[in-house]
Amino acid sequence: MSKPILTIKNLTKKYGENVVFHDINLSVNEGDTIVIIGPSGTGKSTLLRCINLLTRSDAGEIWLDDKEITCKECDEDKVRQHIGMVFQNFLLFNHLTALENVRLGLTRVKHMNPADAQLKAMQELERVGLLDRAGHYPGQLSGGQQQRVAIARALAMDPRVMLFDEPTSALDPELIGEVLEVMRKLALEGMTMLVVTHEMGFAREVADRIVFLEKGSVVEEGSPNDLFYHPKNERTREFLWKITELYGKKDTEQGNG
Amino acid sequence: MDVASFLKYIASGTAYTIAVTLIALPSGLVIGTLFALANVYGGKVIQRLTALYSTIMRGLPPIVLLFILYFIVSGSINLSPFWAGSISLGIVTSAYQMEIIRGAILSVSGGQMMAARAIGMNKIQAIRYIILPQTVRLAIPPWSNEAAIVIKDSSLVYALGVPEILRRAQLISASTQEPFLAFTAAALIYFILVFVTNRSLDALERRLRIPANP
Ligand SMILES: Nc1ncnc2c1ncn2[C@@H]1O[C@H](COP(=O)(O)OP(=O)(O)O)[C@@H](O)[C@H]1O
Ligand SMILES: [Mg+2]
Repeated sequence: MSKPILTIKNLTKKYGENVVFHDINLSVNEGDTIVIIGPSGTGKSTLLRCINLLTRSDAGEIWLDDKEITCKECDEDKVRQHIGMVFQNFLLFNHLTALENVRLGLTRVKHMNPADAQLKAMQELERVGLLDRAGHYPGQLSGGQQQRVAIARALAMDPRVMLFDEPTSALDPELIGEVLEVMRKLALEGMTMLVVTHEMGFAREVADRIVFLEKGSVVEEGSPNDLFYHPKNERTREFLWKITELYGKKDTEQGNG
Repeated sequence: MDVASFLKYIASGTAYTIAVTLIALPSGLVIGTLFALANVYGGKVIQRLTALYSTIMRGLPPIVLLFILYFIVSGSINLSPFWAGSISLGIVTSAYQMEIIRGAILSVSGGQMMAARAIGMNKIQAIRYIILPQTVRLAIPPWSNEAAIVIKDSSLVYALGVPEILRRAQLISASTQEPFLAFTAAALIYFILVFVTNRSLDALERRLRIPANP
């Protein structure tokens, strides 16, 4: 039986009067892949940003490895080292090569010596299949390649958990597969992952659990099988129907390709 | 007086013009950069104060400011007109440079800061390793423009009696009754200084440009 690595208790986030989400509870076991789905504007990105403390939540607690990370005295920068984040629009450091992007956190944050950092950065690039692009700048890489470098950059820090915020939404359809492939491999290797995505094929195949978020609260959560074939909630059924309609065609094309 | 020694006299002011610029421009850059960072990343009070500084400094004719600052600076510490004038000019240009750097910082995407924080960097590290290197590249073209303005505005210290190009042109035009020749010679030197500076900064910008596919 695996133990929870990340626990979210009664988490609430407001922007002024606007309650983004309210009383969210979520527990993530070591090695699990949790897929979060839901309409846009529902607070999925905000939730991920709260988890790695890029945004302060207003109430509730987040625990990582039996330690609360939302306490007042918590060292936010330290916490972030242990939580990897992959953004929708990649956000590679534009002035650095792929290798430098991956290496920077190792030398400046982890204070690793240059030779070790270099080696580790190259290993991480190899892990995402981009060692041959080490010297390329972000502007010289395709979107799919940029996102894979961004994944390598996060992985280099040896995070306990990886957060993905719609990692393939900004990609041309033909580039989505290579990123999902890397993520699939990570899941198989036992990385704990929280993934916001509309890629239902990926969710069905890789997720241990799917969480359906709507208007700032968890409507339903369960195994892919439960949610896709026996949704308890009418809204879940409607949303999945809509999203499959929208993205389904692309999904099957990829499956064939 | 023959034409050669005439030109030589005016050109010997060039050292002063260059020296004034070399003091004013970097000191303005340091103050401007610090104020720009304070303005973008500082708290509300600091933001207001730096914005006020910039608004006032840029709302006055440089020559008026130069006189005011000159009397403040030379009144509080005993400085030669050359040093007091150069420092005052540095303060004038700092406000313009602050706006240039601020604009460049703001046009580095906000996501860059977030991505830097996400790998565990603190704010200072993120600014130093991610924001500033990109800011520099974006700031060079407008900064080149400001450098040209400072070279030209260095002629203002003429009014304080510093024997730079314009001052010398004025003196020799009075003594030789050749104002056209004197001021044309001065103009030519200013033009060459500005031209060389702009070209060098263009080259620097090209060298630092981040490679990208077309
Ligand atoms: N920095 C912010 N300031 C104010 N409101 C915000 C901010 N970020 C997000 N929001 C609001 O929070 C809500 C949820 O946004 P988001 O987390 O981006 O949703 P999703 O990722 O599910 O599309 C939206 O209504 C959005 O307007
Ligand atoms: Mg989002």
